[in-house]
Amino acid sequence: MSALLEIRNLKKEFAFGSILSRLRITAVDDVSFDINTSEIFALAGESGCGKTTTARMILGFEEITAGSIDHKRSVAPTDTRRDKVWLSHGVQAIFQNPFETFNPLRPVERYFFETVRNYKLADSDGKARTMVDETLRAVGLSFEEVSGRYPSEFSGGQLQRVSIARSLLTSPRLLIADEPVSMVDASLRMSIVNLFKQLRDEMHVSVLYITHDLATAYYVSDRIGIMFRGNLIELGVVEDVLMQPKHPYTQLLRESIPEADPNRRWTERVSLSDIEHEEYMRKGCRFAGRCPKAMEICRTDLPEDLRIGSVMVKCHLYAGECND
Amino acid sequence: MTDKARNVVLRTEQLKTFYILDAFGCEKVVKAVNGVDLEILGNEVYSIAGESGCGKTTLLKALYAAVEPPLRVMEGKVFYARKGDELDVYALSKEQKRRLRWDHISYVPQGSMSVLNPVARLRNSYRDFLESHSDGKTRKDFLRIARRHLDELGLPSKVLNAYPHQLSGGMRQRVTIALAALLGPRIMIADEPTTALDVVVQRGVIQLLKGIQETLQNTIIMVTHDMGVHANVADRIGIMYAGKMIEEAIADRIFGQPLHPYTQYLINSLPRFGDKTMRQSAPGSPPSLADLPDGCPFHPRCPQVMQRCREEMPRMKTMPGKHRVACWLVEGGVNERIA
Repeated sequence: MSALLEIRNLKKEFAFGSILSRLRITAVDDVSFDINTSEIFALAGESGCGKTTTARMILGFEEITAGSIDHKRSVAPTDTRRDKVWLSHGVQAIFQNPFETFNPLRPVERYFFETVRNYKLADSDGKARTMVDETLRAVGLSFEEVSGRYPSEFSGGQLQRVSIARSLLTSPRLLIADEPVSMVDASLRMSIVNLFKQLRDEMHVSVLYITHDLATAYYVSDRIGIMFRGNLIELGVVEDVLMQPKHPYTQLLRESIPEADPNRRWTERVSLSDIEHEEYMRKGCRFAGRCPKAMEICRTDLPEDLRIGSVMVKCHLYAGECND
Repeated sequence: MTDKARNVVLRTEQLKTFYILDAFGCEKVVKAVNGVDLEILGNEVYSIAGESGCGKTTLLKALYAAVEPPLRVMEGKVFYARKGDELDVYALSKEQKRRLRWDHISYVPQGSMSVLNPVARLRNSYRDFLESHSDGKTRKDFLRIARRHLDELGLPSKVLNAYPHQLSGGMRQRVTIALAALLGPRIMIADEPTTALDVVVQRGVIQLLKGIQETLQNTIIMVTHDMGVHANVADRIGIMYAGKMIEEAIADRIFGQPLHPYTQYLINSLPRFGDKTMRQSAPGSPPSLADLPDGCPFHPRCPQVMQRCREEMPRMKTMPGKHRVACWLVEGGVNERIA
């Protein structure tokens, strides 16, 4: 498998306040991972962990403070403008709330023809129509069903499919899906998730699936990265990371997911952090304040990325077990 | 659990509450709650599941008797059991209803940010609630009661000096729930108490709710769309679809042997750890409450649809194990064997 996207030491700082009392928050700190061709890579973590910021940097919506995002391709980049066209051609985004993605006062088909025109994908109206129909059929809809209808006439699940169909027009290599099912009803959620699997298998599209829902992440993705307060703390094949979590935070996260089984209710109590800002500012491991296994070193030094088997974990507990 | 604590604390009879909208001269009727019969017991967590727009929140409003235009009660009654009597809530005066609220029944609405006054410190919000329900106490008394209450629930009492925006989402939600439990109500209604919270925080909020219920031995009626939360806290679960209650049973039965095809889809489509087999979701999408199909509202999506389903809505039928379900499959005996 070859890498489609290589992210190295990515960093993003946001500054708040005036010149005199400036508060810097590192939203994404030293994050490195690859996305391979034809794979679904999940990026999971709680809100404010930096997963959306990472996606926005990949899409070019946000400036990078440090590090690099390397889109692998056959043609070497020549200038930034062409870079950007390639970027939007090859990387398309799907957002959380489909009702906010589309303008409520425009028929949704206009978005399709606009995309065709902007990327010069077809030279006649007839060809454009065939193209639009083909992409809509790929997501289980058809041009007749969509034609002339406004966003309010669709259900959330249908509109999210429409949004995915539109992003497929440019034949992207990578879809960035930011919480694509959290606004979709439970009975329709799986149809969207299954669609990503189908796109991966049939069209060899890679998906960066950003979510806080670990159960769907387990179901759909091949590899997963867990983020906490800007750090990527565990990364690996989804079965390894979620079935035998190594980092204490991943373990806590995994235990805290309410399982759809009345016989497995929580018995232990959890402690919550009261002040979130403090965790971003913390020296050393940012989870140390809540970690049940915290050691002296955790409070002073940020752990290195350790490779244990196929899994990367950022935790001092495993310092002795590293295999390279 | 004694039998005495297991009596009915809240009951509805064929409750129908519709939104009557006037759009450009023509009347539009949104049938949000369309004939719901409920019997909710003392000392239980009753949770209601369903998709967005199926009438869950409207049902809670109707139970709390907070019905304001364009929402109207078309038919049916809501009864609260209080001190041996049964009160017909819609027959009460405004003042009588006000006295019941927070004292007997309290409500945690969706979105904790909009509940608390953003320009008042929390201690002032607490004082407001206490003042309107108890007489002859001084400010110091109120503050002491509020402090002790938060201490008992394991929340830091320093939050009383904070403004709502200074707290994290999880803390704000927990403070709101604490506020709803302040006067020890017999019934607490919580609308999506954990939506938009992270899993670890969600667990903390659920922990608090369960803790309150166990201490007060009261009833919690909760709405959430997260089936995992249902599995974790509910004693009994009611499944709502298009304004109707279509199935109701104890949590084990809903998850173990759902009878209604919609519930079966809902349960079977849940992703589970350690199981990557293909999950299917129900075909089609939920109907609009302003334009319901004839017969059973699920029939256009149902894989086992029969002619009768298109014409007539089945009644709630009680199966063995107090498992209630409204489906012709059960009436006709096809699913009877499973039960």
